[in-house]
Amino acid sequence: MNIIVIGLNHKTAPIEIREKVAFDGAKLGEAVDTLKNAPGIKENIILSTCNRVEIYANVEDPSSGAESIKKFISSFHNIPIETLNNALYVFSGKKALLHIFRVTSSLDSMIVGEPQILGQLKEAFDFALKRKSTRVFLNKLMKKAVSTAKKIRTETRIAESAVSISFAAVELAKKIFEDLPTKTVMLIGAGEMAELAARHLVNNGVKDVLVTNRTAERAEDLSREFNGRTVNYDQFPEELVHTDIVICSTGAPAYILLKDQIHKIMKQRKNKPMFIIDISVPRNIDPEINDLDNIYLYDIDDLQGVITTNIQERSKEAEKAEKIVDEEVEAFLKWQASLSAVPTIVALRDKAEAIRKEEIEKRLGKLSRLGEEEIKSIESLTSAIINKLIHYPIAALKSEAEDKEIMVDIVKRAFDLHTAPENENERPPEHKNNDKKK
Amino acid sequence: MQIEINVLLFELALTFYFIATISGVIWLFKGRKATSRTIIALTVVGFAFHTANIAVRYIKGGHLPVTNMHEAASFFSWCIVLLLIYHEYRFKLGLLSSFILPIVFASILASSFFPREITALRPVLKSNWFSVHVLFAFIGYAAFAMACGIGIMYLIQERYLKSKHPSGIFQRLPSLQALDEINYHLITFGFPLLTLAIITGAVWANSTWGGFWSWDPKEIWSSVSWLVYIVILHLRLKVGWRGKKTAILSIIGFVIIICTFYGVNLLSEGSHTFK
Repeated sequence: MNIIVIGLNHKTAPIEIREKVAFDGAKLGEAVDTLKNAPGIKENIILSTCNRVEIYANVEDPSSGAESIKKFISSFHNIPIETLNNALYVFSGKKALLHIFRVTSSLDSMIVGEPQILGQLKEAFDFALKRKSTRVFLNKLMKKAVSTAKKIRTETRIAESAVSISFAAVELAKKIFEDLPTKTVMLIGAGEMAELAARHLVNNGVKDVLVTNRTAERAEDLSREFNGRTVNYDQFPEELVHTDIVICSTGAPAYILLKDQIHKIMKQRKNKPMFIIDISVPRNIDPEINDLDNIYLYDIDDLQGVITTNIQERSKEAEKAEKIVDEEVEAFLKWQASLSAVPTIVALRDKAEAIRKEEIEKRLGKLSRLGEEEIKSIESLTSAIINKLIHYPIAALKSEAEDKEIMVDIVKRAFDLHTAPENENERPPEHKNNDKKK
Repeated sequence: MQIEINVLLFELALTFYFIATISGVIWLFKGRKATSRTIIALTVVGFAFHTANIAVRYIKGGHLPVTNMHEAASFFSWCIVLLLIYHEYRFKLGLLSSFILPIVFASILASSFFPREITALRPVLKSNWFSVHVLFAFIGYAAFAMACGIGIMYLIQERYLKSKHPSGIFQRLPSLQALDEINYHLITFGFPLLTLAIITGAVWANSTWGGFWSWDPKEIWSSVSWLVYIVILHLRLKVGWRGKKTAILSIIGFVIIICTFYGVNLLSEGSHTFK
């Protein structure tokens, strides 16, 4: 088995090339099928997103396999191969595995830790399964890659903190309020970013949405969108008594809420906490309001600061994730190495012989009246049966068929065989040499 | 032989609480999610040994084992763990054990420095009021200890939000609302118990010494802490204080409880001093 990766991503290729190389939904089926029938390519998966196009393949020979995939991309998209050569990366052996695991775990993403890639990869894999372009190895590899990504999600905090303004707002709201569904949010002004933040809050359970705007029409539109209520712009401060989260983004040139006003409002609402997000520039809400107890005022720079910290935290968590990826790749290599035929044949023979001996001993104890001759003939009879029976799997293992490794895996599982670790360790260096030679 | 068993049980409880506390503190700084369950499991095992230790002393001594400094401090930490385990299962507040276990461990460690023999009940304590009075007081104290730990968590989380640099343990601490509400619930739970402890104490004193109140140092300090908590409740219900200010007050309240508990016993003479 030789796993190779060929592809390009946002780091190696500009959008002009990525869009040419991308496989859109309509053509993906044709592409997968073409590759499936290409010589020397046993299995393939095509992953095509806006940031990356990658082909994972199990090939007979890494370098000729890579060439044939490059030729395929070139002819499929009608791009000269020289243009591709500059943008494409090719990995084989351990590097290919490492790359696939890192991509799946979102360690290679533009924003590290963003979870979309895992879903995209699952889709690509499902598509390949439907088209029957994968078999044992890529299937096992994909399942391992997905489970590694999940392990990283649960064991590290790589995806925990928000890295966009609107998600950061939701994350902060969740740390101020325990039950968002019972809270009221007010949109003052109707900027795009404010709308997005409100949308995320609603997705996280907020039900009561108030909208106020200088032009009433826009307010009506927005409140209809959120199933909310409109508030007259002149009267919005009164409604603040019942509002827990404020998202402000008006174009007003001066402060529209002052400290004294909020102070009074807080008394009226018995100091119930308020979260105020001011994403307007210039700022619309007196920044000194943050000095009041139980009020949390964030302006656009504060939110940006939160995101910067979160991205730093993510890169710290990414180090832990890299370690997990390394471990999982090692485990996969070990499994790969265990698929050599000779120790499996030995183990199969030993197992059959052990079973035969055990059963003979059990029976002979009860049949003590048998003479030596009879015992001998029972021995040879049972040996003959066993040998005939295991002749077929052993012959299959010894054959140089293209699917020999699959056979090893199946025989090992069917007969519950465990080959000794020494044999497993012998294999990887051999693999490396292969890579170098070719 | 039985003394050895209860000492062994005590040491086991102490050891498990110690490991749980250390893991709790380490968890604060570098937390993998799975550790939470390990810490609770360690605490529960420690609690089981601790309960057995108290049961053995109860059977051997024939009374609630709270009649010397060792027993009292140990029982105090037992009550806190009881409430901690309940809150862990009921509310699942992130990092709660990391903040409460140090209080538990400090108390049981303090208890380990005092003589551990099981003593017969002094005649003056032979009263039905004894167990009732002590139970109310200790469970009330434990509620205030929890309120203090949660108050500290609130202040840290509030600091993160106000400073606008949420990092470190921000993600893993609960929301301000949850912390504030549970802090309040604990005080409304502890306050009536403290009140009942003071009332039963007074009634008991009256039947023993013929006077409800004798200005014993413990009585004075208890009324001070009682006043602090009634002030917290008043400010909260009538004035509308909440959040940071009530969190600080709940920490002050517990510091006074600690003074009441250790200070009075170690530094002064009176009917509450262990002999």
